[in-house]
Amino acid sequence: MNQTTLASELIKAVEQADSSDSLIDAVEALADARLESAAPTLIAVLSYNNPGAAVAAVEGLVQLGEVAVMPLLNLLDDYNYGGRAWAIRALAEIGDPRALETLLEAAETDFSMSVRRAAAKGLGNLLWSKIPAAQVRQTQARVGKTLLLTSQDPEWVVRYASVAGLQALANAVAIEQSDIYSLLKSHFQQMLAEEQDLAVRTRVRRAMQELGR
Amino acid sequence: MLYEPAQSVGSLLPSPEDGESLTVEKAIANLKTGDRGDRYYAAWWLGKFRVNGPEAIEELIAALEDEEDRTESGGYPLRRNAATALGKLGDKTAVPALIECLDCEDFYVREKAAQSLGMLGDISCVPKLMQLLEGGLASAMPIPGCPHLAQPYNGAIEALGKLGATEAIPLIEPFLAHPLELEQYGAARAMYQLTGEAQYGDRLVAALAGSQLQLRRAALSDLGAIGYLPAAEAIAETLAENSLKLISLKGLLEHHVKNKESERLSETAIHLMNLMDNLL
Repeated sequence: MNQTTLASELIKAVEQADSSDSLIDAVEALADARLESAAPTLIAVLSYNNPGAAVAAVEGLVQLGEVAVMPLLNLLDDYNYGGRAWAIRALAEIGDPRALETLLEAAETDFSMSVRRAAAKGLGNLLWSKIPAAQVRQTQARVGKTLLLTSQDPEWVVRYASVAGLQALANAVAIEQSDIYSLLKSHFQQMLAEEQDLAVRTRVRRAMQELGR
Repeated sequence: MLYEPAQSVGSLLPSPEDGESLTVEKAIANLKTGDRGDRYYAAWWLGKFRVNGPEAIEELIAALEDEEDRTESGGYPLRRNAATALGKLGDKTAVPALIECLDCEDFYVREKAAQSLGMLGDISCVPKLMQLLEGGLASAMPIPGCPHLAQPYNGAIEALGKLGATEAIPLIEPFLAHPLELEQYGAARAMYQLTGEAQYGDRLVAALAGSQLQLRRAALSDLGAIGYLPAAEAIAETLAENSLKLISLKGLLEHHVKNKESERLSETAIHLMNLMDNLL
């Protein structure tokens, strides 16, 4: 079977699945095949309101990486909220900077804490090497600003994710941008003193420990 | 199943989606003299926003004896909310009144009172909670057509576990063989807290591999509450929402690092955080 035939077989299996379990199996098979032409089908699955299938579809999209980014960004115009949330999770994991604006907005304003936490972590893990060198500094400063804001989110899990994002950002800026780096370090010190949640505080200690190395 | 993450300052503030915005004064006044709906809502609100001034406590304790708010089947909605709120507010002056609630004819009032007594950490309620378990499994069988058991066994067992009531072990142990999984988990959780034996934690880990999502969720909550470290991988891998896995692992992490904040982070703590980071 060549790739095109394989893709159409696997896609047909997803479209024709008649139970939750068979849908999950079909999506997993399609995701594992790692075919670029599978992206639209995997994205459609995000709106099926089947969490198991959506998890498998997100994994498949993350494995596809940058070829999935534009289709995912286009999906965000849709009104299906459930699909939107999964798409933002996929974009957060892929880390392609074309999703920057979307992730910044999701981290700051999405009403679902699981979207805010995924976006916050994703912002710290953007693929900086894909940004034109002249814009890296400015972009990192913007991301830093957003993560400082989300590190004061009312939900502990968003603050926790923001610390993970800030740690990754601090690692990325460590050498060239000592001003951002020292700002992040002093922010961690402030969080350690003021944060009420033990798990978040522990995550801050970890970030400081790793940065101190 | 009572495990709740610590509240942050931000979430203490009333927000529009929480319905009517109250002030502390208004909530207390509503609880005293409002209509039935106002009183019910005020009791919930005071617990939700952790308003634990003496006046709030006094009014909530008074609400435990309310006779006005009744359901068709004779339940006491306001008493239920007041009992729940008092558990959250951490004021031990509520203990005697909550102990009396364990005799209330409304099952749900007894259940909320048992749970709240577990949270307040005052062992004076232990004998009365143990009384609820009398009759053992024979009395604790499901009742056809009834949505609950004869007593809030799970609530009482959970409270006894939290309170460290080792004298209740012989009463709790038989519930490991209860026909309902949730009762088994509650017993395993308490037995772990009271004995520290891995076999009980491992029963909850095994539950994470079960076929029903609702039961896996319950096991996640129980494992987080007891901070059972050997469960970490199984928690990260079970089929359930990441949000619930994160709360469960948070419980393990906090249990592990409690009172160790001046020490360097252990390998275990870092491992737990790696698992959590991957679920964000």
